[in-house]
Amino acid sequence: MLKTFSLGGVHPAENKFSAGQKIAVLPVPEQVSVPIAQHIGAPSEPIVKKGDEVKVGQLIAKSSGFVSANIHSPVSGKVFKIDDILDASGYKRKAIIIKTEGDEWDASIDRSEDLKTEITASPEEIIKKIGDAGIVGLGGATFPAHVKLSVPPGKTCEVLILNGVECEPYLTADHQLMIEKGDEIMVGTQILMKALKVDRAIIGIENNKPDAIKQMSELAKNYAGISIQPLKVQYPQGGEKQLIDACIGRQIPSGKLPIEVGAVVQNIGTTLAVYEAVQKNKPLFERVVTVTGKSVTKPSNFMARIGTPMNQLIEAAGGLPQDTGKVIGGGPMMGKALVSTEVPITKGSSGILIMPKEIAKRAKMEACIRCSKCVSVCPMGLSPYLLMTVSDKAVWDRAEEEKIMDCIECGSCSFTCPANRPLLDYIRLGKGKVGQIMRSRTK
Amino acid sequence: MNVVLITIISLGVLGALAAIILYFVAQKFKVFEDPRIDQVEEVLPAANCGGCGFPGCRAFAEAMVKSDDISALNCPVGGADTMKAAAEILGKEVKAADPMVAVVRCNGTCENRPRIAEYDGATSCTIASSLYGGDTGCSNGCLGLGECVDACAFNAMYMDKETGLPVIIEDNCVSCGACVDACPKNIIELRKKGPKNRRIFVSCVNTDKGAAAKKACSAACIGCKKCQKICPFDAITVENNLAYIDYNKCKLCRKCVAECPTNAIHIVNFPPPKPKVEKPAEAKAE
Amino acid sequence: MNRLIVSPSPHVHSGDSVKKNMYGVIIALLPALAASLYYFGLGAVVVTLTAVVSCVFFEWAIQKFLLKNESTILDGSAALTGLLLAFNIPSNLPIWIIIIGSLVAIGIGKMSFGGLGNNPFNPALVGRVFMLISFPVQMTLWPKPQTIQLEYLDATTGATPLSIMKEGLANGESVSAIMDKLPSYTELFFGNSGGSAGEIAAAALLMGLAYMLIRKIITWHIPASIIVTIAAFTGLLHLSSPDQYAGPLFHLLTGGVMLGAIFMATDYVSSPMSKKGMIIYGVGIGIITVVIRVFGAYPEGISFAILIMNGFVPLIDKYVKPKRFGELVKTAKA
Repeated sequence: MLKTFSLGGVHPAENKFSAGQKIAVLPVPEQVSVPIAQHIGAPSEPIVKKGDEVKVGQLIAKSSGFVSANIHSPVSGKVFKIDDILDASGYKRKAIIIKTEGDEWDASIDRSEDLKTEITASPEEIIKKIGDAGIVGLGGATFPAHVKLSVPPGKTCEVLILNGVECEPYLTADHQLMIEKGDEIMVGTQILMKALKVDRAIIGIENNKPDAIKQMSELAKNYAGISIQPLKVQYPQGGEKQLIDACIGRQIPSGKLPIEVGAVVQNIGTTLAVYEAVQKNKPLFERVVTVTGKSVTKPSNFMARIGTPMNQLIEAAGGLPQDTGKVIGGGPMMGKALVSTEVPITKGSSGILIMPKEIAKRAKMEACIRCSKCVSVCPMGLSPYLLMTVSDKAVWDRAEEEKIMDCIECGSCSFTCPANRPLLDYIRLGKGKVGQIMRSRTK
Repeated sequence: MNVVLITIISLGVLGALAAIILYFVAQKFKVFEDPRIDQVEEVLPAANCGGCGFPGCRAFAEAMVKSDDISALNCPVGGADTMKAAAEILGKEVKAADPMVAVVRCNGTCENRPRIAEYDGATSCTIASSLYGGDTGCSNGCLGLGECVDACAFNAMYMDKETGLPVIIEDNCVSCGACVDACPKNIIELRKKGPKNRRIFVSCVNTDKGAAAKKACSAACIGCKKCQKICPFDAITVENNLAYIDYNKCKLCRKCVAECPTNAIHIVNFPPPKPKVEKPAEAKAE
Repeated sequence: MNRLIVSPSPHVHSGDSVKKNMYGVIIALLPALAASLYYFGLGAVVVTLTAVVSCVFFEWAIQKFLLKNESTILDGSAALTGLLLAFNIPSNLPIWIIIIGSLVAIGIGKMSFGGLGNNPFNPALVGRVFMLISFPVQMTLWPKPQTIQLEYLDATTGATPLSIMKEGLANGESVSAIMDKLPSYTELFFGNSGGSAGEIAAAALLMGLAYMLIRKIITWHIPASIIVTIAAFTGLLHLSSPDQYAGPLFHLLTGGVMLGAIFMATDYVSSPMSKKGMIIYGVGIGIITVVIRVFGAYPEGISFAILIMNGFVPLIDKYVKPKRFGELVKTAKA
């Protein structure tokens, strides 16, 4: 019996069209727009101005607080302007727009392909380097990685868990990274283990990626303390809480962080970025993006520079299909529907999913028949039907009592509801309101 | 016979006992209430809309009785007459507040503001606005999902299917402010009703730069400041590329209306302008 | 370029629908329907058709003329109520009584609360209990099962095993003596005994349960807890005094226990939402059923038991929450 998390979960159709597609390097775009808010936390502060010459990997925006991240130039060229651009949700956000001239990398970056296994940096140096390189959680949450690695005083980390689950349907970026960059990920894991001062790391991989499980298990033999944990395919296994539960059988109490149960979780892509930052001095300015969809001509995995407009990736994958109904940044369960394809790739863009019209629309909402399927599938053990009602009726104290803040917004409830009720839409609304109320109370 | 007697006596004693207990309990837990609260509540409209800022008419009546200076209190639903009646009961002075009315400050009709996306989520403006900027290029404008209409308890609003915008029925609007609170985009504003119900306002809340605003919506305020320059009463301020007319300073001269290049300044309830060739009467809103 | 559709996540759906669930239950009822046609023939046809048609008609009429909202008759819930109602009444019941029962089931049991999803009580049971109380004579005349039966109103009638047991015990006979007069357990299992149109064949009902569990229409919690509770309770009584109380197998195979546990108590709308709640609900139904059967005036009690526990569902939902993530607290040192 394969391990998985203990409560709820669903199994959406996997549709991994781009699986096995080699990561193709996307040509450097003529112009990039780098938003200054690509991570959770305070937006970065631009330190370049219009007309400045920049090189690839040069710092262009500085972290503006503890929970914040540096941003580096993904191309070499001239800063064209710093202006508001439309972001993925159609709001105006500040971005640094750079016109590309050639492809000159910062001299300190080691561009060789050699594997560098020897870890010379001390734990403190590693964390500092990760912070300097602007690495954030590349699975989509974009939480600054160095913050996660700084274990608060009084707590100890026992085990590092790597997320190779990729439980979102369609996406294959992490899968392909494990196939192509296995060794680098292993060294990256060892770096993270050193930084956290742990001697044990578990890489959780879902059973629908047997090639990755095989390859990583082979490689793990050469590295001390790393084990591979095959997991039953179940969404949302990639959720931090669910992954810890699945791998080591510990549940994080409500409102607490993973360190409470002695674990730190990092994503596969993040681990590779850590390797590159610490061993090769390469900051985070490019990432793997899956471009996929049912009617996409060439579903692919691209290595793209941050700030590349999404339509360039879509072009490279065969262009926007005629029957396009919805373009989603990320996976189908938690991704964000885009208003326009002109928005840039950011650090959190794990994929671009193009859905044909016929499946893009939601079905008509009907009355709740109290079938309790939403309760059964909720991985956090909440009552989504109730949370929707209290959010709709604005009974915020009841919503708080029912632990609305525990919701991880995985979407299993809306996915499963036979009456097509937009449960998560309302729960999100409630979360926002209850969060506000709770914050105002602590002030 | 005996049974009947015993029944009557025992029930009588029981009743008397209960009455005594009730009497003492009532005495002990008696709450003194100013009788004027009831009187004031009587003259209030009993709409319990919360437009006064208090949770219901009773709470407002209590506040009126308690505070010495009631000039800050106002029941927008009842208006000046109600306030006068209430003040008479209390023997206090009341300052007549200007009657207000809700105004929708967005003219992003389907024609003016082409749709670039299609929303397919729950029918709630709050949910839509937390998801994205809207189905048009303007991230400040009306989302058209009608949360304000749902909030209105006085049947004073409806969604115009043609334009996709909410419309306020002036005669029904009591300026309680429920729609103002409901709108996540802060488009609806309470403005002075004005003499003869005439008023002038900027029907736009877009804070984008001129070119971007104009691209998204042909009726957007582009922040060109022409109105600010022409206004003889300093009633117009332009901030964040958006003009705002202070209704306390505006004297309804209408000079700004002709000046606005995008017809973003709307006039309401003025007699129709004399036909002019270069300016057709399309500025009239609502 | 065409306009993109924007909606909050998730962007995919399981494809499950209210319709699929309702028709799923109807499919699960087919074996029992076949059994009832086999044993009650023409009567079963008339009763089933009348109940289904009148339930669907009343739902349509109420939505069209009274509520003036969109019709939901195609989602299968009204047809399901009709089918369950037919299963719960004798197959020789006059048509007019069935029509009145359907009106009460749909009109009072369901639509007066706002339609599908809002009814606190199982509509079919509301209809059944209404008929039982209003027309006690007609509702307790049970036709004898007989292969290919062509009589409807004038079918030969006989008592149900439960009422034979009740009367026998009241007359001071011992359980084993009464059991000799009754059909064997195998016959009871396959439905060869008197009773309501759809409740007699435990085998067919269990087939329906298996289907619903495989299709994940319901979970095992409610049927299992009811059956286990009834078995345990009657088993204890039987052990304490074998002559006075019938055994658990008798109680499970007679009357409406199977139909009630599998199809009536599991009605989505009127059952609890959490797994723990479902078990409490099932145990409650089991206990009340046995109490009514053994100590009460009626020979059968599961309809009343389900309706009573339906009333407790809001309370159960309020106080019994699903197991939350993070309740299993293991500290870092564990």
